[in-house]
Amino acid sequence: MNSSVIIFPGSNCDRDMDVALNKFGFKNKMVWHNDQSIPRSDLIVLPGGFSYGDYLRCGSIASKSKIIRSVIDFANSGGLVLGICNGFQILTETGLLPGILQQNKYLDFICKNVFVKVKDKKNKYFNNIKKDILELHIAHNEGNFFCTEEELKTLEDNNQIAVTYCNSEGLENEDNNPNGAINNIAGIFNKNKNVLGMMPHPERMIDKYLSGEDGSLFFENLLGNLK
Amino acid sequence: MIQVTESVAIEHGLKKEEFSKICELLKRIPNITELAIFSAMWNEHCSYKSSRIHLKKLHTKGKQVIQGPGENAGIIDIGDDDAIVFKIESHNHPSFIEPYQGAATGVGGIMRDVFTMGARPIANLNSIHFGSPQHKKTKNLLRGVVKGIGGYGNCIGVPTIAGQTSFDDSYNGNILVNAMTLGLVNKNKIFYSKAAGLNKPVIYVGSKTGRDGIHGASMASSTFDDKIEEKKPTVQVGDPFTEKLLLEACLELMSDKSIIAIQDMGAAGLTSSSVEMASKGNLGIQLDLSKVPCREEKMSPYEIMLSESQERMLIVLEKGKEDFAKKIFDKWNLDFAVIGKTTNTNKIELIFNNSKIAEIPINLLAENAPVYDRNWKKTKLPQKLKFNKDNFKSLSVSDCLKKILSSPNISEKKWIWDQYDHTVMGDTIQKPGGDAGVVRIHGTKKAVAATVDSSASYCFSHPITGGKQVVCESWRNLISVGAKPIAITNCLNFGNPEKEKNMGEFVECVEGISEASEYLDFPVVSGNVSFYNETKDKGIKPTPTIGGVGLIKNYENMITMEFKNYGNIVYVIGKTEGHLDQSIFAKDILNEKKGPPPSINLFNEKNIGQTILNLIEKKLIVSSHDVSLGGILTAVSRMCIKGNKGIKINKPKGLTNKYEYFFGEDQARYIVEIPTNNIKEVDEILNKNSIHFDELGIIQEKYVTLNGDINLPIEELSDAHKYWLKEYMNI
Repeated sequence: MNSSVIIFPGSNCDRDMDVALNKFGFKNKMVWHNDQSIPRSDLIVLPGGFSYGDYLRCGSIASKSKIIRSVIDFANSGGLVLGICNGFQILTETGLLPGILQQNKYLDFICKNVFVKVKDKKNKYFNNIKKDILELHIAHNEGNFFCTEEELKTLEDNNQIAVTYCNSEGLENEDNNPNGAINNIAGIFNKNKNVLGMMPHPERMIDKYLSGEDGSLFFENLLGNLK
Repeated sequence: MIQVTESVAIEHGLKKEEFSKICELLKRIPNITELAIFSAMWNEHCSYKSSRIHLKKLHTKGKQVIQGPGENAGIIDIGDDDAIVFKIESHNHPSFIEPYQGAATGVGGIMRDVFTMGARPIANLNSIHFGSPQHKKTKNLLRGVVKGIGGYGNCIGVPTIAGQTSFDDSYNGNILVNAMTLGLVNKNKIFYSKAAGLNKPVIYVGSKTGRDGIHGASMASSTFDDKIEEKKPTVQVGDPFTEKLLLEACLELMSDKSIIAIQDMGAAGLTSSSVEMASKGNLGIQLDLSKVPCREEKMSPYEIMLSESQERMLIVLEKGKEDFAKKIFDKWNLDFAVIGKTTNTNKIELIFNNSKIAEIPINLLAENAPVYDRNWKKTKLPQKLKFNKDNFKSLSVSDCLKKILSSPNISEKKWIWDQYDHTVMGDTIQKPGGDAGVVRIHGTKKAVAATVDSSASYCFSHPITGGKQVVCESWRNLISVGAKPIAITNCLNFGNPEKEKNMGEFVECVEGISEASEYLDFPVVSGNVSFYNETKDKGIKPTPTIGGVGLIKNYENMITMEFKNYGNIVYVIGKTEGHLDQSIFAKDILNEKKGPPPSINLFNEKNIGQTILNLIEKKLIVSSHDVSLGGILTAVSRMCIKGNKGIKINKPKGLTNKYEYFFGEDQARYIVEIPTNNIKEVDEILNKNSIHFDELGIIQEKYVTLNGDINLPIEELSDAHKYWLKEYMNI
């Protein structure tokens, strides 16, 4: 299975994502933001980091970069596009996903393990994962998802909410919401569920010596679906 | 142009005698640009004029040392062609004036020192010290510094894996911000700052030069007064995004053999970087300042030479490689300009608008810079205090424990490290909050452990003992995670060296550091000195910060401090005499600040440390933690809290005073957890090495108990330990 990770100036989780994809059997290529086209891929990943320094709204400059047209075309033709953290921010800026990611509620950068509840399994990202609650890792300053009421209703009606913050028992409340995201939303799909944006980093949870191993379930499932 | 006079020289931070010496050496009066260059090179920060003769006494050699002090950073060999480049540096003065930018650029500066040598940064650490929590500035300074460190390191994508935070009145007017970086390099592909060859192009890369940070190094070489707000423009402004690009561009260029020498523009910017490269290569250097990329219009040569704009590098390139190199910097959208060449004149020559505007022999700036053997005073060992029963009469062990666990200096600092990305790069296997941070060497079985430590109260009470103690503490923290200690870097934060007491503290701390590091074969490979941490005549306590690095050959053998299994036996290894003077208990509970620090026995440190390492390598113990501030009970409580397990503690044998036993801060001690099956073998090894140990207790569920004295649920201890900082910061 072929994957491509896009590198923007300021991306800093590109290597981690490359390591994870290769570990689970993808043949991954790194693609520079100034390239015109993307090699033939089954999956495109927009990694975490601070693209273009995030000096404007997070992800907004990256959403106008040269490579992004190809990403949008790929997504519109049904290809799998995964945006993690800054990648999620970029996806909302391109319009592939609704809503925005504001600064965290308590205005601090947060780096820690969190639990998320898988809200929808009729998609290629989570379908065969047996667990309903995953332990993942977040590291962001702007992960506070927000959207209009109509957008939220559409997300709910179409089961586009992918994962929500919760505790180890699956309780989704304010205490378990690290950044103030509306309805504890940690990740969402587009309508066709081929595009997923989420704040937690599965690539940091692929080894028992790291923060945990639930990220492995995510990548194994993804690879299984693409075989 | 300003006429240079003695008073202009004094305004530039030079002493009267220094100005006369400059005129004598030059055989003329310097012009204003030349004066600026002298003032930048001769200030304390760049010249080490008060510390140099003492720093020579440091122990700097060892089997694994590839590069000791004198380069951008130190380098140690960790086998298989891998080497670790590391250094710690202070950014105290700027951080007090402007905490966010001061701390941020401190992190940026130390990372540049590391990647200048060809290494990719793999871990950051920091040691930060603030005034009393009640002081009106403390909260904002703490918030600003933490945000600055996070803002910079998080953006670059280098994990911040460990740190140290302390509060003490003596930092009310001078906070300390010390930042440390470790980088990984192939030992055959290290880059140095020594220029070589004539007529080689000198290249400027990175950000443009602006008017920020002018006189930064001189500012850091004087004390503060009421007018510090006016010094804000001397603080540099950081741009971590550009640094990330600069890092990637430099490493890309370094994969080829086109760089002869490279040096980051840190303190005193273009001045010190160009002079240092030429001086080390015994060459001259000619720079055309009209070619320097500037951010603002009409910048004068004076401003260009003194600017401390961040994220800039100076490179001496092989001839003919300019186009190749330029392509790389163009790709990363960074400035690239050929601004000069190396010469055989042994002078620095500056051209501006086609005319020569400055010319100074390099040796006058480097070797001929002043060196002072300042007067200093010995600190006598204070008399040991005598505590009697009345001191302890109204106390309870439980209350004391809770009070210590929740005190500003002991309480958990999660509020801080949650704001630092400590997991990016996917190799952090021991996160902040343990004895040392640990990162794997990517793609191998190896891992490096790193820790930062300081003990200002001990150093203030008796500098020689304090200096030794900090080195030992660093050594113990590395041992505790299963790492073999290799080398250290030191950041020597002191008051005004022109005062005999402060100078004496410096001299004696260095002596202590040197003695301990030599005995433990734990050499100093890099560091920096920060003097003049003084406001309105009040200086800080002497605070040498030690950054230690150790190697774990197989990361699967790393251990952590949290208790693992019920029924396992807990030992205190090392002898407990019950030394309370200078302890947290004496200060926070008895309100007693006098007395000597606990003494250091280097033989015991080495013997016990090596034995613990042996126990870890043989997998005989499953957790370990060194005993430091707060003594045995504080240490064991942290192991309980982290592991969410309790302990049934035995009554100490043969010791009359339980407070001395449980809260004393005797050195060279560790607490370890041993599965019952291994007890016999552990006892044998300890006895064979003549090491004293006490059986402290057995791990049980939920409660810390000591017959008649303690019966505390873990949640209560955990609450006491975890909430102080969060509450203090109003969250």
